Amino acid sequence: MPKLTIDGIEVEVPAGSTILQAAEAAGIEIPRFCYHERLTVAGNCRMCLVEVEKTPPKPIASCAYPVGEGMVVHTDTTMVRNGRRGVMEFLLINHPLDCPICDQGGECDLQDQAMGFGSDHSRYAENKRAVKDKDLGPLVKTQMTRCIHCTRCIRFITEIAGVPELGATDRGEHMEVGTYVEKALSSELSANIIDLCPVGALTSKPYEFVARPWELSKVDSIDVLDAVGTNIRIDSRGPEVLRILPRLNEDVNEEWVGDKSRFALDGLKRRRLDRPWLKKDGKLTAVSWAEAFSAIADKVKGMSGDRIGAVAGDICDAESMLALKDLMASLGSANVDCRQDGARLDASRRDFYTFNTSIAGIEEADAVLLIGTNPRKEAPVLNARIRKAFVARGIPVGVIGSETDLTYRAQQLGNDPTVINALNDGSHPFADTLKNAKNPLFIIGQGALARPDGSAVLAAAWRLAGTMGALTPEWFGFNVLHTAAARVGGLDLGFVPGPNGKSVAQMLDGGVDVLWLLGADEIDTARIGANTFVVYQGHHGDAGAHRADVILPGAAYTEKSGTYVNTEGRVQRGFLAVYPPGDAREDWTIVRAFSQLMGKTLPYDNIDALRMRLEETNVVFSRIGFLPRFGCSDPAAPSGDPAALSDTPFTVAVENYYQTDVISRNSPTMAACSATTPALAAAAE
Amino acid sequence: MLSPTQVAQPVSFSFDTESEAELTMLIARYPAGKQASAVIPGLYVVQNQMKRHTGSAWVPVKGMDVLAEKLGMAPIRVYEVATFYYMFNMAPIGKYHLQLCTTTPCWLRGSDEIVAACRVATGIKGWKETSADGMFTMTEVECVGACVNAPILQVDDDFYEDMNGERTTALLAALRRGETPKMGSTIGRQTSAPEGGPTTLLFAPEA
Repeated sequence: MPKLTIDGIEVEVPAGSTILQAAEAAGIEIPRFCYHERLTVAGNCRMCLVEVEKTPPKPIASCAYPVGEGMVVHTDTTMVRNGRRGVMEFLLINHPLDCPICDQGGECDLQDQAMGFGSDHSRYAENKRAVKDKDLGPLVKTQMTRCIHCTRCIRFITEIAGVPELGATDRGEHMEVGTYVEKALSSELSANIIDLCPVGALTSKPYEFVARPWELSKVDSIDVLDAVGTNIRIDSRGPEVLRILPRLNEDVNEEWVGDKSRFALDGLKRRRLDRPWLKKDGKLTAVSWAEAFSAIADKVKGMSGDRIGAVAGDICDAESMLALKDLMASLGSANVDCRQDGARLDASRRDFYTFNTSIAGIEEADAVLLIGTNPRKEAPVLNARIRKAFVARGIPVGVIGSETDLTYRAQQLGNDPTVINALNDGSHPFADTLKNAKNPLFIIGQGALARPDGSAVLAAAWRLAGTMGALTPEWFGFNVLHTAAARVGGLDLGFVPGPNGKSVAQMLDGGVDVLWLLGADEIDTARIGANTFVVYQGHHGDAGAHRADVILPGAAYTEKSGTYVNTEGRVQRGFLAVYPPGDAREDWTIVRAFSQLMGKTLPYDNIDALRMRLEETNVVFSRIGFLPRFGCSDPAAPSGDPAALSDTPFTVAVENYYQTDVISRNSPTMAACSATTPALAAAAE
Repeated sequence: MLSPTQVAQPVSFSFDTESEAELTMLIARYPAGKQASAVIPGLYVVQNQMKRHTGSAWVPVKGMDVLAEKLGMAPIRVYEVATFYYMFNMAPIGKYHLQLCTTTPCWLRGSDEIVAACRVATGIKGWKETSADGMFTMTEVECVGACVNAPILQVDDDFYEDMNGERTTALLAALRRGETPKMGSTIGRQTSAPEGGPTTLLFAPEA
């Protein structure tokens, strides 16, 4: 490892590092526009100039200059300052002075660095160049005159998103960043270029002229619109969530977030349930909490426990699910289920339903098999990890499922479960690839499990993973990719039918007389019998509320402190950013209040007590944020007969990435996104 | 830069036999997997095929898409290359592409006179414009690398050297008649030897 001195500070960095990286290790900040640690080095903005002793007497672009043993670097000499000042002056020749009307104002790299290196006046009287704005779809607003040609957006879309649609056309002063042939970006990660853009050329279209960054209060939270558990920051002003940005978490989302998770927030303001409703004479009427509760109590009292049931939806927090489960238990009911789609998940052991390799562990894989899943639609951030491994080492990827563009080269192996067994007995040519891999990775999606032979598929996939050496103490390559943020949490706390309990399908088909839906909107409500009394607890007037006899208004994920477990089994906690609207309350408090009315008061009075109860239920809830990675200690297979596979082709779990849950279905921005996606627009017609 | 929507684009494009043969030859020049290296000559294949079929040498978007497919590249990468190099015309041009060098050596040797002659003969006022009869497009180019025989008027791929106003007018008239005058020096200079013949190396030294 070469040792070098930067501004008198001696640092030792790995060979092949650049001066800029070494300076960062030494705690010295070097200004930059084009350099980004997750993208290839472009070296075209020239802002990161430094002076290196014993080199030709000229400033050197530190982002592209490798370190050498004994190098002596100065980052604050007259030459460096003059160099950077000159670069800044050149950048500002064509950059408009429209900061007062620019959405980037206040969080703009160019603005900040102009304070450090800019001049107080301009020496240019010539007209600035004007560039026509590009239409990149409903998410990214462009103001291309502001572009300083750092090419970060081009590199992100090409390298990380894997959808090469942006480029720099023409040359010199006429160079323009865009798609050339006008089109909406088709990547599910496209809006990350807004964060990457160091100036105001790419800004958020839905957030256009909404707020200034210093007006916002910022709260850390966890995204629930897919099962990745992306770490987010919720920016709000007063009662309104204004935007959602990704937070850095190297183990989960790096610094990316999917477009849905970022932009579905306008769905939080539409069709909200802000007061309790009760069906009187076939018509929903606004009532008080007391009236709503007593209507339920009248129904439930005296009813046998096995005629009562509860279904938890896809975006519930663990606290409310546990409270509801405890309530059901106190009423004598074991009819609880969190698997709305009927996925045949085996809840008996945690590694049967989690992403055991961990998301960061994907990078260690040297062969990948996707079974009944399209990670690009189901978990775009996780898909970017697979692509990262593919780009780094060209790993082979096989797909059992329908043919689709995953942003990396994938081999189509067939579309039905029997291929799994063909791979297992070695009769399929891809079997050798998996066999020869040291760390084969298997990802089983909900499209493979939410079907009648789901448990057989799960067992067959487990057996295949065992055959290929993915179930060893050193390498655990068996992974289940969920689509619902609440799913793993629900399975962890046992929100599944107890002894003689009824599953979702049985409850829907007349198995219960009182059905409590906790944010469950993705079930087929038409199947619920006319005489079943339905309680809907949730935050949106969607499918569940339409069928409900009583509506209890709950809080959306931005409005409550909640614990969520992502597909890896990582327990993460989000915090309240704004208060729920109107009479709506945090969900666990609703359940707790109702239990009191029933005379079966749940033994927790505050969220801390409830969280103690969570930890008692399952010890995993005591590890917040941290995910221990285990090898496979017990190769015993999940229940299910691997031979009972049907040859029905796999269906996709997520048809339309932009509209998967109540929030995104009610979001006009997401509706606009699905309208601009050609395949989705064609399907809608 | 013209955006592709400002140009009447053909609805489809496919390589003809001649282009296919040329592309096969071009791709074979590069190692397997590096076929994207053939993108610049490939764009000439597209442009030349358009010339053969429509009489106007230009590169339509569909042509770039087909080429990108052929070379296994993202279409945007081909658009980038095609718009970077001004030898590729992104909009239809006239039958003859008059490329006038006005860089210092040609300018010192009288390129202004040639430009004026072209303007009079074609009626074109600006640059990158096509004459009303569709015969000529005038483009101002930077140094074409033939300064010794300046000034230069490049017509399509051919250089006409040592030009002046009079000979330019005659050249354009001949092109209008459908003739193809001999390319090279218009004053009979031998390659780039001094005007009037060689002044050095006049005899072989005695052994």
